[in-house]
Amino acid sequence: MADIQHLERIASQVRRDIVRMVHGVQSGHPGGSLGCADFFTALFFDVMDHHAQPFNMSGKGEDVFILSNGHISPVYYSCLARSGYFPVSELASFRKINSRLQGHPATHEHLPGIRVATGSLGQGLSVAVGIALAKKADGEDKHVFALCGDGELQEGQIWEAIMFAVHNRMDNLIITIDANGRQIDGDTKDIMGFGDLAPRFAAFGCEVMHMKGNDMQAVCDGLGKAKSLSGNGKPVVIVMETEMGYPVDFMVGSHEWHGIAPNDAQLESALSQLEETLGDY
Amino acid sequence: MKKYTVQNEKDTRSGFGAGLEELGNKRDDVVALCADLTGSLKMDAFAKQHPERFYQVGIAEANMMGVAAGLATAGKVPFTGTFANFSTGRVYDQIRQSIAYSGKNVKICASHAGLTLGEDGATHQILEDLGMMRMLPGMTVINPCDFNQTKAATLAIADYEGPVYLRFGRPKVPNFTDPDQKFEIGKALMLNEGADVSIFATGHLVWKAIEAGQILAEKGIDAEIINIHTIKPLDSEAILKSVSKTRCAVTAEEHQMNGGLGDSICQLLSRENPLPVEMVAVNDSFGESGKPNELMSKYGIDTVNIVEAAERVMKRK
Repeated sequence: MADIQHLERIASQVRRDIVRMVHGVQSGHPGGSLGCADFFTALFFDVMDHHAQPFNMSGKGEDVFILSNGHISPVYYSCLARSGYFPVSELASFRKINSRLQGHPATHEHLPGIRVATGSLGQGLSVAVGIALAKKADGEDKHVFALCGDGELQEGQIWEAIMFAVHNRMDNLIITIDANGRQIDGDTKDIMGFGDLAPRFAAFGCEVMHMKGNDMQAVCDGLGKAKSLSGNGKPVVIVMETEMGYPVDFMVGSHEWHGIAPNDAQLESALSQLEETLGDY
Repeated sequence: MKKYTVQNEKDTRSGFGAGLEELGNKRDDVVALCADLTGSLKMDAFAKQHPERFYQVGIAEANMMGVAAGLATAGKVPFTGTFANFSTGRVYDQIRQSIAYSGKNVKICASHAGLTLGEDGATHQILEDLGMMRMLPGMTVINPCDFNQTKAATLAIADYEGPVYLRFGRPKVPNFTDPDQKFEIGKALMLNEGADVSIFATGHLVWKAIEAGQILAEKGIDAEIINIHTIKPLDSEAILKSVSKTRCAVTAEEHQMNGGLGDSICQLLSRENPLPVEMVAVNDSFGESGKPNELMSKYGIDTVNIVEAAERVMKRK
């Protein structure tokens, strides 16, 4: 059983890391990062069987996570550092010159925990499919988790990957969609709305479920359910409802905080809403 | 002029197919992906003998590149197969992000490159692929000249760790290189030593260069002919050594003048030893439907064009 309170405390620190990283360089994507903090925390500190040290690029014998919507790198980096992949102090180098923490995740600087460069949207899911395919071929019983944004679903390659995963009965693949309903230019339903997500994935042949993404108990229960649904011949898709910017009061309710940095006063206000639990970097 | 014997006429794509088949039997970690062109790419033998390691991805090249990157991440050695047009231009960003920038050990194998694809026309006749692939940091770019060399190159790239673009073609062309050759990535091959002009050729233009060399010899011109099967990394040493003797060069390729072999050599020479160069390549134009030989002739990348370029460049010494 997951220790929900413990995970919530980690998530609070992860959220502090996110706003401090983005503030520190006055650049980056805080909104989606904050909204997905509960999901990342549950994955890295409870759900996944993974090994931070030594980092093994191939991911053989462990669960693997691929972030397809790479722009929410702050939450990814915080969880990687806080779960032991690299020093927490390195978070201070985010997006700065000579850093391993590139604006979007990359392997080029050899940051432990990153397995492919993502950020050009629509591509990470195919890579996750390839890793899951190799795990199947090698007879592994481990899972591959992928996260995609809901706006990212506008990229055609996503649906190529879904077709392939269904056709090849890739039931070791758990795809989460961050359904926050926002993207850079506005609300997803206004930019390129395609209605309910779940029936679309179901029509392709995926096993689909819903999950509330900003409730740690719901996230842990949901990911547990997803694992139990796996192994039945179909990829599992979780439509995860989150709120961009959650729970910082001035960041929620719009798309405005997709990709801008808080100023000093906004940082102070945000941090006052997020308890420091593990010590700031 | 050294004599070369044509063993037979074979397509370079069949060389790829033969190499892949051999690799399939030699190495368990080699996997293959194809986007609905298994027959055209001559991947049938591998697919039949190793169905558990052959992935049909359908008409979805972008996904194919990503899945290949994932397979490589997990320790496999994936070979992707589709036409050169769909192996490069269509999926440039997937190759850039998921393969090249991510340093993935993916072998991008591309058939039907250039004008010699023939009747299908310019929609499918890519003449920019070498340039696009050459620009990507860390990408190795190979364009072998015949069946035997394509087979040898296919075997060689499996042993090399890193992303590779392997380009070959559709038509049957003279097969003249050693069937037992060992392919060395980045090592230019001397075909004929000469003193008057260096001819650097790649892919299907290598045989045309040999034909040109014979015509030049009859005219009393002693051409040095070098097969540049690896565009990147370029064998700078061999090229510089040759031009230091001949003092002028002709480049020949089935590609746009922009971005290909000629560009690479001009860049090298302008930096190290500025000398006159004539480029035999397609001059900023799309192709069209027609027979391979008709197209080579119409677009100025035939034997006669190499001869004329050699005569022109020698006057510029």
